[in-house]
Amino acid sequence: MDNKSNHSRAKTWLRALVNDSCEIVAPLKSVLVCDAVLFDEHVRYLAVIPNPENRFPRARNGEVGLDEAWTLAEAVREVVADDERQTKRAIIAVVDVNGQAYGRREESLGLFLACASAVAAYATARLSGHPVVSLIVGHAVSGGFLAHGYQANRILAIEAPEVLVHAMGKSAIARVTRRDHDELDKYSGEIIPMSGDIKVYAKLGTLHTLITGVCGDSPSMADVQRVRHELKFAIAHARAGSVDLSNRLESPEALENRKASLEVRRRLTNQWNSLPD
Amino acid sequence: MTKHALVSTRDNTPLGQSFIELRARERVHALLDPGSRHELLSPYDRVISPWLLQQGIVAQFDDGVAVFRGKVAGHRAVVIATEGAFLGGSIGEVSGTKIACALELACKDTQAGVPTAAVLILDTGGVRLQEANLGLAVISEIHSAIVALRRHVPVIGIVAGMVGCFGGMALSAALCSSLIMTRQGRLGMNGAEVIEQEAGIDELDSADRELIWSIQGGEQRYSTNLVDALVRDDVSEIKRTVAIALEQGLPTEYRSDQVTNYLRLLRAVDTSEYLNAGYTPVSCVEYGAKNGQ
Amino acid sequence: MERLSFEYPSSQTVLHRAHVGVVGSGDLEVLLEPSPDHLSRVTVCTSADGYSMTWKAVLDRFFLQYQGAVLLAINDFGATPGVVALRLREAVETGTP
Repeated sequence: MDNKSNHSRAKTWLRALVNDSCEIVAPLKSVLVCDAVLFDEHVRYLAVIPNPENRFPRARNGEVGLDEAWTLAEAVREVVADDERQTKRAIIAVVDVNGQAYGRREESLGLFLACASAVAAYATARLSGHPVVSLIVGHAVSGGFLAHGYQANRILAIEAPEVLVHAMGKSAIARVTRRDHDELDKYSGEIIPMSGDIKVYAKLGTLHTLITGVCGDSPSMADVQRVRHELKFAIAHARAGSVDLSNRLESPEALENRKASLEVRRRLTNQWNSLPD
Repeated sequence: MTKHALVSTRDNTPLGQSFIELRARERVHALLDPGSRHELLSPYDRVISPWLLQQGIVAQFDDGVAVFRGKVAGHRAVVIATEGAFLGGSIGEVSGTKIACALELACKDTQAGVPTAAVLILDTGGVRLQEANLGLAVISEIHSAIVALRRHVPVIGIVAGMVGCFGGMALSAALCSSLIMTRQGRLGMNGAEVIEQEAGIDELDSADRELIWSIQGGEQRYSTNLVDALVRDDVSEIKRTVAIALEQGLPTEYRSDQVTNYLRLLRAVDTSEYLNAGYTPVSCVEYGAKNGQ
Repeated sequence: MERLSFEYPSSQTVLHRAHVGVVGSGDLEVLLEPSPDHLSRVTVCTSADGYSMTWKAVLDRFFLQYQGAVLLAINDFGATPGVVALRLREAVETGTP
């Protein structure tokens, strides 16, 4: 996760997906926005990329920091405002983020609120009828992913090395849970939610599609075209479905590996409906 | 009405019962009107985490979250509290789903014509790392549920301490329609230990309690306009403040939607200075009943 | 982590149930419910291994004085015998029917 200063799969994939057909705008060096056409519909792509010269030193490696979070929120809200009386465009989050920025300034200035603004923007867009689709092409970590990607109707991921979803960096997890790396490796091998590997993450059922056989770092034109088709299917699926996140618990994987989630929902709902007044 | 109407820090009456010292369930009881408390998925239901025992960790029968439906100052509400003493109040598959599901049910009832507000008493370190990706996933579901519910009714967050509110759950707090903190409470994305680990001791010394509270504590959050009320650690005061928040209804604009405003404030920040105390409070969240009183 | 079980013959019918404590460091939670017969059954899930004799001692002592027929489910995170005894007493003294 560390030596990534200029490399960003999000940038690579965004460029490949739009293939010079439209302008990629950078309202911030670390936030890319592109209004493009995907087959027969207009979409907006969004990506967070590293900026080694970020004015916030703790957000130079592709983290979602203060500027990034508020700027993402603005870019998403713009779509909702522009489309109020017409077709609700799909918003596609291309995800390769190193979590949230860890820093004193970030804390003082309320990074938690900044990230919440991005969450609210994406969730509101979805609730207003915009299909929100995430495409994980690299790291999807912690607060960075919560802010950029996790509010999607449909989440896609490519299956490639260094594509992972996790709640925190390994060293941080080891320290906070007071385990060493070997123990952690053992657990993440046995306990599905503790593994960051995208193939294991897929077992939780949150992914709509895991796209296999594509190259993560240098996708071929065939790879890109495949992903474009998957994005199109995901958007259509989202438009046909509900605006909430319920589809995440309907997959065969969720039925198998999120039994507790389903049990909680079933039993709590029954109890709620049985209460007087 | 401005946010100041929520504040009761000028209250000079002697402190009564401590809210912070209460357990999660007791905190919920303290806020609910008597005779109106119904617990959902109580400890007697024994819905425990499916992931802890296999890791040699003792589970708690309610997985660290108490969910009740009842009335708060006469308003129908779901009141939810995390148990800070159990694994740091962290969110796992079961505890997080309890929260998300309860909020979704409140939204469903509200949309069906039975307005049901929400009060979230947040004492939590965020994702339960022993459940990592499931904790993160259910927190995203909680976020979705809060954004959906707050369109219609108040979702009130309380961060009293002593664990504070961190990680993905700090985002949940920021999504609330109003936020109440004590001075003892802390609200931030990352805890001091994690920042020290990731960025070094010069960035933040996790042993320096005064520094930490000056960055993430209730006083700082209130003075920089990131929360709506700063209260003393007193059950009656907190109850009263929650009642006022329910009466006030929804803000004209959520803090988390004030994007243009915050981008402007942020652009004016001098990032060469470390000891930035935060924004000058040039804006505040205005409250008023939804249909313009 | 260890799971232990104990049984005690108990004569009195119990009509209430109770829940006390939290699974915090040095603490435990106790869930008390009526037993369907004249046998009290205790299940303990504890983070500290190797203390079954200590648990037995505390529970033996408790059931010497307490006659109710109960099902006790205990989740323990390293509480001392004193704290365990306290929580057990709390559980029989609080309680809702």
